[in-house]
Amino acid sequence: MYSPKTIQYFNNQKNYGRIKNPDGIGKVGNIVCGDVMWLYIKLGKNKKGEEVIKDIKYETFGCVAAIATSGQVTELAKGKTIAEALAISKDAIISELGGLPPIKVHCSVLAVDALAEAIYDYFSKNKKPIPEDLQRQHEVISESRGIIEDKYHDWIAAEEKMHEAGRER
Amino acid sequence: MKTKKIYLDYAATTPADPQVVKAMSPYFTNVFGNTASLHGFGAEAKAAVDASRKIIADALKASAREIYFTSSATESNNWALKGIAWANKDKKHIIISSVEHDCVLTSAAWLERQGWQLTLLPVDKNGMVNPADVAKAIRPDTLLVSVMHANNEIGTINPIGEIGKICRERDVYFHTDAAQTFGKLPIDVNRLDIDLLTASAHKLYGSKGAALLYVRTGVRIQPLLHGGGHEGGLRSSTLNVPAIVGFAEATKICLSAMKEENVRLEKLRDKLIAGVLKAIPNAHLNGHPKKRLPNNAHFRFDHIEGEALIMMLDNLGIAASTASACSSPKLQPSHVLLACGLRPQDAHGSLRLSLGRWTTEAEIDRVLEVLPGIVEKLRKISPFK
Ligand code: FES
Repeated sequence: MYSPKTIQYFNNQKNYGRIKNPDGIGKVGNIVCGDVMWLYIKLGKNKKGEEVIKDIKYETFGCVAAIATSGQVTELAKGKTIAEALAISKDAIISELGGLPPIKVHCSVLAVDALAEAIYDYFSKNKKPIPEDLQRQHEVISESRGIIEDKYHDWIAAEEKMHEAGRER
Repeated sequence: MKTKKIYLDYAATTPADPQVVKAMSPYFTNVFGNTASLHGFGAEAKAAVDASRKIIADALKASAREIYFTSSATESNNWALKGIAWANKDKKHIIISSVEHDCVLTSAAWLERQGWQLTLLPVDKNGMVNPADVAKAIRPDTLLVSVMHANNEIGTINPIGEIGKICRERDVYFHTDAAQTFGKLPIDVNRLDIDLLTASAHKLYGSKGAALLYVRTGVRIQPLLHGGGHEGGLRSSTLNVPAIVGFAEATKICLSAMKEENVRLEKLRDKLIAGVLKAIPNAHLNGHPKKRLPNNAHFRFDHIEGEALIMMLDNLGIAASTASACSSPKLQPSHVLLACGLRPQDAHGSLRLSLGRWTTEAEIDRVLEVLPGIVEKLRKISPFK
């Protein structure tokens, strides 16, 4: 059911894991099937002095399509300016993967949303002006996140405790 | 590195036994007649079907005229529920368990939309139906109870003898879906008080396209398929002679080796279960620890998703299955695992490994060798650990 490209991305997972002290974290959940993706970004400057995504990592609890698109989004976004990163669309991802089964399209949205949320997080933490589109996207995502956080309450709580412990160490 | 493929999805379907294929083959070419024809070609085909019917009836301790051949277990289950409902409209209440196969669940739900009343029986945390719940659910207008013999997903075996006895005492029809057990566990329709039973050839090393509904003499049932009047007018359709002959041959083979085969499979299964639970942290067994199919091992691993797990196993040539929401056509977690009281996220990382006739110890060892690494890898990718 998956294209060879999708399976290839799934098999060669790159950029998974966590970034210590990230500049932005995007936490999104998929209310359709209940999957979760967390995305971390670290920013830097390119030669022209523009702000670019210097490092990017993901953690995904989800299906083959979710993992494949997570990896792909991080590869696409790495080294890009913020504006370029925000322009990555789910359609671009799907076509790059050689298509996704219709029932799996919602998984590709997860990755795009997570990236947007990470950038939003960076903007808001640093009190930067937030583009209108991004603000709107954030509001939509927050709503579904509430549902997911409810669902995974225990796991997320355990996770945050671990994060805390990690910081103290 | 290319290694031999390992098939551990025997609960989904089985390869036909070569002996079954051999038995079937003349019925595609030389003995190709339509059983309904009057000439010699037809008579020969009919004789083969009659002999097959007898073999299968004997296996169930039933009589040959109580066996109706169908095309699939799905058809048999649809027929059992709808056919009984239509033939007995004075009673409008049907009881099924909440862990039935989708074809039973959706047939019952369809009847409910047509005005029948439906009770879904709960199961315990191992997925087992409590006979006392059946007794409690039966009302004066209860027509039929349908409880599967063993669950296709988690392998739990239900106490169908006790349930059958209750139904008999209360004068309610009892149907059991034995797709996972016919040919694998002994079944005596009289001792177990079964009125209707579903079985399918492709689950026991026969071919796809042949299944049966056992209907006890005296049970009132309407046909699902109307037409040329085959199968005593209860199931019209030209008979799939080769598949039926194969069904009988497959039954014969299963019955002759049932005891030893179950001992062998249970040993392999228990090795697999113990090995997985020992090697992988936060791994759990689903289904009953003891009262489970000899060939079923069903796990769940916290914090990972089953489809990804299946894909990684498949990359190594190991075929298995999952009940994860992501891999279901409706993106819903397995109703069986939810009925056992699991939360959707717990059902997410489920893995079914079902063993069969050609499963070897070396294959089990191979799974035990690679599975822990795969789970670990997916947990590294997951935000939850
Ligand atoms: S993440 Fe659940 S279907 Fe893709």
